[in-house]
Amino acid sequence: MDLANYVPSAFTSLLKNATELITFAYDVPFARAVVFGVHIGGHLFVEGLLLVVIIFLLSQKSYKPPKRPLTKKEIDELCDEWVPESLIPPVTEEMKREVPVLLSAAGPHTIINGKKVVNFASANYLGLMGHEKLLQLHNLLPLSFHVDVHLDCETRIAEFLGTPDSILYSYGLSTMFSAIPAFCKKGDIIVVDEGVHWGIQNGLYLSRSTIVYFKHNDMQSLRSTLEKVTQDNKRAKKLRRYIVVEAVYQNSGQIAPLDEIIQLKEKYKFRVLLDESNSFGVLGKSGRGLTEHFHVPVDKIDIITASMGHALASEGGFCTGSHRVVDHQRLSSSGYVFSASLPPYLASAAIAAIDVIEENPQLITMLRDNSKILSTGLLGIQGLELASDIMSPLVFLRLKKSTGSLKSDLQLLEDLADRGKCQTFDLKVLPAVCIVGLYGTTHKRFLKMMQLQVLKEHSVFVTTSKRSIVDKCNLPVGIRIYVSAAHTESDLQKACESLKTVAASLFTD
Amino acid sequence: MITIPYLTALTTYFSYGLLFAFGQLRDFFRKFIDWWKASNLQGYAPICLGLEDFYIRRLYLRIQDCFGRPISSPPDAWFDVVERVSNDNNKTLKRTTKVSRCLNLGSYNYLGFAAADEYCTPRVTETLQRYSASTCSTRVEGGSTALHVELEQVVADFVGKPAAMVTGMGYVTNSAILPVLVRHGGLIISDSLNHNSIVNGARGSGATIRVFQHNTPSHLERVLREQIAEGQPRTHRPWKKIIVVVEGIYSMEGELCKLPEIVSICKKYKAYVYLDEAHSIGAVGKTGRGVCELLGVDTADVDIMMGTFTKSFGSCGGYIAGSKELIQYLKYTCPAHLYATSISPPAAQQIISAIKVILGEDGSSRGAQKLAQIRENSNYFRSELQKMGFEVLGDNDSPVMPIMLYNPAKIPAFSRECLKQNVAVVTVAFPATPLLLARARICISAAHSREDMVKALEVISRVGDMVGIKYFPAEPKKPELEEGRKKSE
Repeated sequence: MDLANYVPSAFTSLLKNATELITFAYDVPFARAVVFGVHIGGHLFVEGLLLVVIIFLLSQKSYKPPKRPLTKKEIDELCDEWVPESLIPPVTEEMKREVPVLLSAAGPHTIINGKKVVNFASANYLGLMGHEKLLQLHNLLPLSFHVDVHLDCETRIAEFLGTPDSILYSYGLSTMFSAIPAFCKKGDIIVVDEGVHWGIQNGLYLSRSTIVYFKHNDMQSLRSTLEKVTQDNKRAKKLRRYIVVEAVYQNSGQIAPLDEIIQLKEKYKFRVLLDESNSFGVLGKSGRGLTEHFHVPVDKIDIITASMGHALASEGGFCTGSHRVVDHQRLSSSGYVFSASLPPYLASAAIAAIDVIEENPQLITMLRDNSKILSTGLLGIQGLELASDIMSPLVFLRLKKSTGSLKSDLQLLEDLADRGKCQTFDLKVLPAVCIVGLYGTTHKRFLKMMQLQVLKEHSVFVTTSKRSIVDKCNLPVGIRIYVSAAHTESDLQKACESLKTVAASLFTD
Repeated sequence: MITIPYLTALTTYFSYGLLFAFGQLRDFFRKFIDWWKASNLQGYAPICLGLEDFYIRRLYLRIQDCFGRPISSPPDAWFDVVERVSNDNNKTLKRTTKVSRCLNLGSYNYLGFAAADEYCTPRVTETLQRYSASTCSTRVEGGSTALHVELEQVVADFVGKPAAMVTGMGYVTNSAILPVLVRHGGLIISDSLNHNSIVNGARGSGATIRVFQHNTPSHLERVLREQIAEGQPRTHRPWKKIIVVVEGIYSMEGELCKLPEIVSICKKYKAYVYLDEAHSIGAVGKTGRGVCELLGVDTADVDIMMGTFTKSFGSCGGYIAGSKELIQYLKYTCPAHLYATSISPPAAQQIISAIKVILGEDGSSRGAQKLAQIRENSNYFRSELQKMGFEVLGDNDSPVMPIMLYNPAKIPAFSRECLKQNVAVVTVAFPATPLLLARARICISAAHSREDMVKALEVISRVGDMVGIKYFPAEPKKPELEEGRKKSE
């Protein structure tokens, strides 16, 4: 009973209090003030209300059209409409051409199509292919794991070069593109020559670092690039900086001037990464490579990589440097960790090859003399000029000038095609001429036809080495001749003569 | 799917946390010591920054003796493991001249071709004398011998495709083919547990990469639909082409891929299928032709088939098989063909001979025997391990069997204890697997006999009890039957 009376009375007292409060606010003294001669009455209340309304409107979000995700039917339609490109572009005539097939070992003399020819197409610089020591291999088993032969090979290479340690990779191409991403990450700066081969380019791309190119083998350009890069990045102390060069460039045969590079490196505090595929076992008095050639102590170079498929007549690659460098790669280099190791017999072949090099330093002098003879012999050739260094075992001839208009190229092609049906001779010299096609398909076709004609008319074994579509190198095309210590002087003379006659006949048309 | 028990997860996290804390403490002291010793590389940024090689220095080096064990004999069913000693707490290991003869449970020697074989080895020796160990040049220059041409034909016939291309290394095959097939503007959809070579190849190609859940065709379909509807990122142009990359057998899980569903989905949405058969070629399937034969998929439906010769053929190298035009195009543009040395002639001969043995063309039935043997061996081993209570991954018929370890301390414990009892196993930890999911991976081969496997099972069971990795309850043996027999006797 009391409760029933209590509640309404409490309610009425509450209401009374509220109305008292409102009338009080309403009648508060300043509500009746006079400002600038204007009475302010109860409209303060109204203004307050207006302010509240304005704030409320401002706090509303702006109008956005509602998001409508695609319906299932629409996605179905889009999927039906979509037409993908074909997996490969249409196959052209060029792509269908077959490569010459060898029927015996690719030594200095080989057999193609039943004819005996002299081979200048293999990078068998010291003539170690077919050497008895390399063929007497005990472990012939292809499959392998971490066999102790590999460890022996690594120690042997490190001993030969004078570096603390080395690591063996199972493929020459994967050496560079696994070693670079192990040390260069996003944000680092790499200054690299524009003529490096695809393996290095891929490694640089995978490392996601900032890449700056300098002009091919031009020390001035290198100096100015280093200057610019140092200026731009003065504050970054934790940035790693590298210079990547090749000892003997695969794409041009030039030799990098290591002494100048070392001077620049010490001045600007960069680390050097050197690829010695074509110079290991070739340059230097005892074949220890570019560092011996320029009398630079080998510990000034941070990382040296090389492929063993050139002078060592084996397969695979290696990387040498300090202990820290090598040990880091054992866990972070993807081409080492995630792939199988080299077949043991190839590692044994490499060890045997290094033994042969150490015991016979005259092979290196023979090779150097041979390359000098060939380079000087080819100096007067028509239409082509020597682009490589005289000391390099990779003689590179490039076109003096392009043949001009497209039409004349096509004319040349037709003439060559006719001449290609010539008789062949028995035993002739076949300098393996590797022609690198650059200026589009007509030039490539022209060079390819030149190769075939030269093969048929003079039994010259010419191989066109093409540039892949993913290769970014812009160096001019040329003819690559691999000189070997096993070539005799008569081979070289014949090579010079045949090339000169062929070039003379082609470039006078 | 791997379901890690909660208690194990907690203890694993705790272990890693402890190791990390200790490592940081030691690094801290190392910084002081290095500050006193000046090195001659002042002004250069260190070649390995801070935490990059933290894992190597502080975690991996402690158990370095479990990895990279050198062997001094061919990796057959039994082999010689060289013993190593360390004087400075595992920082450097020195080889001794002692070897111990161990049972090999770690090599990928699925058909037993790793040892000297009566058919293959004489031919390989002869090839070595004739063609020498290497060709020293690329395939397009002076490196194509008659042997290479024959090899490509034999591989193409074996796999069931019109043509094939062979390179000298499996890793490079993936890294060099994907950039050529797909460029910027294309899409690569790859399984989340794909091999590092595929990941590298995909990154090097410049195309956009999307990942679908491991072996889940429904998720693949969802990703495909989304991506085709949306188009290229930011511009929304339609994709130039879409390639779906899967593997035959996943090397860390031992699972087979669900190929029929994936192929049907790709056909429906017009995507190209790229199959990496590194572990499955030669090891599964009735005649050893891989996962397509096993699961009944027509090889014409798979656009690009890739594989390696390291596992089942006892050699080295990789191949790509496809239509004739595809191979011609690849031979014209692929960097692995244009710039890299061709495959070594003796290795090529080994592959040809191995394929002849598998197909029975050498006049004996050893090939069929080997294939039956490996299937029997893998199924027996897997069922026995599961009965004992181990957590074993993988499908039936797959010769790869990972046993889960989880805890970082169990990795060296398992490995060292097994080695003491002359069984060599391979343990895998970070970075090849996720941090928590360390495992011991067992690869069974056709060269293992029944006694070898029984011994291995005994040793593993004993060590498993000692280390504590039997996460599932073991199946009880049947005591009533024995009692019954005793009573009747």
